[in-house]
Amino acid sequence: MIDLKIACYHCGDPCSDTHLEIGDKHFCCAGCKLVYEVLNEHELCTYYDLNAHPGKSQRHRGREGRFAFLEDEAVISSLVSFTDGKQTHLTLSVPQMHCSSCLWLLEHLDRLQPGILSSRVNFSAKEIFIIMDPGQTTVREVVETLADIGYEPWLSPQGTKRIAEKNNVRAVQISIAGFCFANIMMLSLPEYFSVAGYLQDQIGAAFRYIGLVLALPVFFYCAREFFVNAWKGVKTRTLNIDLSIALAILVTFLRSLYNLLLLDGSTYFDSMSGIVFFMLIGRWAQDKTQRFLVFDRDYRSFFPIAVNLKKGHEITPVLISALKEKDIIEVYDQEIVPADAILVKGKASVDYSFVTGESLPKYIEPGGIIYAGGKQVGERLELMVIKRSDQGYLTHLWNRDAFTEKDGKNSFLYRASNLFTLGVLLLTLAAGLYWFVRGETTLMWNALTTTLIVACPCALLLAATFTNGNVMRILKRSGLFLRNAGVIPAMAAINHVVLDKTGTITLSRDFKITYRGRGLAPDQVALVTSLLRHSTHPLSRAVLQNLGAAPAVAVESFRNVPGMGIEGWVADQHLKIGSRQFVQGDTAPDAEAGSSRVFISTDGMVLGFFELQNTYREGLADFMERIQEKTALSILSGDNSAEYPRLREMTGPGAVIRFDQSPEDKYRYIKTLQDHQQHVLVAGDGLNDAGALRQSNVGIAVMDRGGHFTPASDAIIRGNVLTRLDQMLEFAGKAAVIIKVSFVYSIIYNLIGLYFALQGMLRPVVAAILMPVSSIGIILITFFLSEWYGRKLRSGRA
Amino acid sequence: MNIIIVTAIVSLLIAAIFLAALIWSIKDGQFEDEYAPPNRILFDDKNASKNK
Repeated sequence: MIDLKIACYHCGDPCSDTHLEIGDKHFCCAGCKLVYEVLNEHELCTYYDLNAHPGKSQRHRGREGRFAFLEDEAVISSLVSFTDGKQTHLTLSVPQMHCSSCLWLLEHLDRLQPGILSSRVNFSAKEIFIIMDPGQTTVREVVETLADIGYEPWLSPQGTKRIAEKNNVRAVQISIAGFCFANIMMLSLPEYFSVAGYLQDQIGAAFRYIGLVLALPVFFYCAREFFVNAWKGVKTRTLNIDLSIALAILVTFLRSLYNLLLLDGSTYFDSMSGIVFFMLIGRWAQDKTQRFLVFDRDYRSFFPIAVNLKKGHEITPVLISALKEKDIIEVYDQEIVPADAILVKGKASVDYSFVTGESLPKYIEPGGIIYAGGKQVGERLELMVIKRSDQGYLTHLWNRDAFTEKDGKNSFLYRASNLFTLGVLLLTLAAGLYWFVRGETTLMWNALTTTLIVACPCALLLAATFTNGNVMRILKRSGLFLRNAGVIPAMAAINHVVLDKTGTITLSRDFKITYRGRGLAPDQVALVTSLLRHSTHPLSRAVLQNLGAAPAVAVESFRNVPGMGIEGWVADQHLKIGSRQFVQGDTAPDAEAGSSRVFISTDGMVLGFFELQNTYREGLADFMERIQEKTALSILSGDNSAEYPRLREMTGPGAVIRFDQSPEDKYRYIKTLQDHQQHVLVAGDGLNDAGALRQSNVGIAVMDRGGHFTPASDAIIRGNVLTRLDQMLEFAGKAAVIIKVSFVYSIIYNLIGLYFALQGMLRPVVAAILMPVSSIGIILITFFLSEWYGRKLRSGRA
Repeated sequence: MNIIIVTAIVSLLIAAIFLAALIWSIKDGQFEDEYAPPNRILFDDKNASKNK
């Protein structure tokens, strides 16, 4: 039934018809057309020249005046970073930006709104920095300008977080450490080749002192975080990884200082700077995260900043946090209900897709309760708040103190490095004791310090940080974004995978549509599409899209019946489109076999119905089969059991399938599994999975569209690669293998070093060669092994 | 032989200037956004770009 598709000039979505056009350009909706008109009027059409269809669909535009709260001083001051009456600086988060067209348009805002003096985009942070003239315009107008052209800023009550600072500090530390490391090595050359005795005598001492000067910033500035973390560990009496590293740095530094000042002997400043340099690079590679992905959103991010409060006849915008019980609030079309409330006035059709992942709206009559997180679709509502925003039914799931420690305390690395640290310390003591018994105190001190220097667990730590960095990079390339490196060992230990149904394994906005009944003639299709165009119900939109482009027929009158359907007069025929009850008049249950049906009748005669079924993700059955070879599988769904046969067919007999699960049920199910020693991975997409995601060992949020809000999680996965999760889990398991291989490699090097060190005759030249060779070797090994194990993830769909 | 020490120090100082430049650019945020600047330079800003 789908014939030629016309792509919207603005967003590239298929147009259902040709009624919106300017010249030869077609638009899918009035919103897109409006944006085009605004841009064209201001001579900003370069936007469309840079990329084809650069816009995002404007089908859902917010209500006029929804930014009224931006008049409030408290809100303004949370956005503005500087103002002196002539200039105001503000930074806004604009998650919609995605291409060079966006960049171009957002940096030419001054043409749209003369009050904007300049605007500059930080693309990786998806932020825009605006300088405006408060005499000419207001923050509200700036935000409205952005919203008008389809880049509505994301205004969060938490404000924008600044993580750039921390990255900068680390980059500076790495630069300085690298600089000092390379130069100390250069200056140590005469010392390495001390055969040139004459040269050594002349300049060796001077070069050593220059080396000391270069080592100072490394020791005091670059290595600071190791000392700080080690000290924290000491204070809490835990043996942490940074302790051994800090110990090695400290011993190397003091030993070198002692040699230099008192013995006029050799120094190990190059080794010390090298350790710091490579460790910092490793940490950087491991901590590099996606700046525009936010892993720890709490419930507030899903809610608006402010809401209209009604007192008598006066309506004022107030901040959500100021809402009290029994307040009367207004909620408009496409707005999110910020607190559990009783419907006082209006007909609610609430889209709980944020909450449950279910996209079909629920109809609520006055007197009914609407839970926070639902989005009103339709007319203006008046609600009476019954619970404050932070105490709602869903928000308490967030606040539950279920935060499990996921820093990998039980991981292989943690145990290994503890053992290793202990081993090194014992070995050092043994060597020292040996020489002490033999009465050679000089050699004893030599052996004590150099063993620590050469056998420090840095190699192991380097192996771990670089492996984690590589694993995270490869997973990111294939669409799984990890919150931190601690998630990798947790992923490797998973033996039970729990999937949410709606929105996770099904595509919530995509239906498989089949028509049953008498055939529809082309002119009847035209009537149906013309009438459906006036309906906002998601099922209507899905059917409309399925029918494709058809000539528009004038609709004489129509009436939307919430929860039922739409009826109207089109070309002298009375059309009814909607639920069975609405169209046929009987009250037989509508939904059978997990589908929704849209019936059609003309002049009282039922023609047939469209059957809409959830579509499952491509390759899902294969995925479920593969994953069950390694882990147990459960599927939890908030829906009724209508889909059971289809689901069972895909999962096979082994999986647990549970329907009618409330958010609380899901959370409890995970907890029960964990009580039975299961390591649980949960993949879910909605707020209703938040509790389960938090309780799980690894919680993965599924993201289908960019800029979409995901609940707090350990990782975010792109929806289209969910079916490769099994390969990703397998790959994460390989991280331990890679670390072990590098570990064996570095042990070989350490043994060679120890051979010299234990005899108390480690020469700086040996240390200087062993250390970088082993570090670079580890970097190469981890890189190539990660790529090798990750090759499966690379092939196939990205 | 002292000349070697002097040249070594001088070369270190010169290298330190480049290090300072690097640190300056990091603090200035040059490495924060790797997408916008290379694209920004490609926009030719002729004023009229009106479609009909």
